[in-house]
Amino acid sequence: MTETIWNILKNVADPEIPVLTVVDMGVVREVEVEDQKIIVSITPTYSGCPAMNEIESNIRWALEEEGYNKVEIKTLISPPWTTDWMTDEGKAKLQEYGIAPPEGSSADKSVLFGEAKKVMCPRCKSRNTTMVSQFGSTACKALYKCEDCKEPFDYFKCL
Amino acid sequence: MKAQLLEYTLRLGDNALILGQRLGEWCGHGPILEQDIALSNIALDQLGQARMLMQYAAEQKGGDFTEDKVAFLRPETEYHNCLLVELENGDWGRTIVRQFLFDTYNYFFYSALLSSADNRLQEIAQKAIKEITYHAQWSAEWLIRLGDGTEESHQRVQRSLNDLWEWTGELFSMDAVDEALLAEGIAVNLAEIKVQWDQKVNEILSLATLKRPEDAWMQSGGKQGEHSEYLGYVLAVMQHLPRMYPEATW
Ligand SMILES: [Zn+2]
Repeated sequence: MTETIWNILKNVADPEIPVLTVVDMGVVREVEVEDQKIIVSITPTYSGCPAMNEIESNIRWALEEEGYNKVEIKTLISPPWTTDWMTDEGKAKLQEYGIAPPEGSSADKSVLFGEAKKVMCPRCKSRNTTMVSQFGSTACKALYKCEDCKEPFDYFKCL
Repeated sequence: MKAQLLEYTLRLGDNALILGQRLGEWCGHGPILEQDIALSNIALDQLGQARMLMQYAAEQKGGDFTEDKVAFLRPETEYHNCLLVELENGDWGRTIVRQFLFDTYNYFFYSALLSSADNRLQEIAQKAIKEITYHAQWSAEWLIRLGDGTEESHQRVQRSLNDLWEWTGELFSMDAVDEALLAEGIAVNLAEIKVQWDQKVNEILSLATLKRPEDAWMQSGGKQGEHSEYLGYVLAVMQHLPRMYPEATW
């Protein structure tokens, strides 16, 4: 039963990065079934993530379409979301989409007043890249440019 | 104890809410597109953190309180943010100085809050600290860029630093609420993070070739609900819609 639900959720796209599903993103934390009720626990990527309400409705619609009408969606903040939860499949899809996936572990604290990472360009695979801005098109991404192919690109930063 | 925890939660929530509102004023007005976006993202993080804290405050208040009611329907004297975050944005340099002084404080504050005896505050800190780390890095880098930049940018940020300095004392002053909750292991010991703050601020100011102002008279009162003339204007803008259309949804 919960496996069926997980399979439905694997088709729910992330509203901000539609090539990824909410499962790829690691936003769905738990699926439980109590009597006839489905309880889905989700967690925000960033605390101010404006997509959370939409993710919630999209999950609800997807389940209703399959005939599950009693659905409860819980939002958890602990343990906090980390890019480590993004699936390998998700990272590969990001790369293909033109967004550099998070590199290394979220435990890397060098971010604080440290050096910017040398991220791989998703287009030409060069590591000769420079960070343009710590905050890109959304809070979860930084803006980079590639010094070889000269293309700007988004990097999904470690959290 | 319960009343003190609620006030403490509101202090943290109001810092995030009011600073988020102030930074939101920059949206569409930043000096370049990338930095306009950066500041909007930081504002959004602050708002997200404010929501977690307002939800907690609403649960503590009980009854039919909701996060929105807590955020939007209190009068000015019931806001408990520190005065620094309600001050006017001024120019880009002044916004950066305020952000740097506050982010650096916030970074050490939330690092300490990670070991709070209050479970919920600890969970919120775990979530928030990851975001605050990026904010603190960003504002320190900008302060260095402006301080060690042109003669004009150097002068402007030095002036802002001198102006804003008197608003930093409040960040570290412990009152009865802090003391009572510190004894329970819930609150952060502000004297401890002052040492860390001093060290980091001195390091970054030196990289930015800026002069640390002398400690003199310090403003206070925001935590206890006594605000500068600026908060009223912030609230007027922020509360206008929810007060005009109390049940509005969209
Ligand atoms: Zn390239």
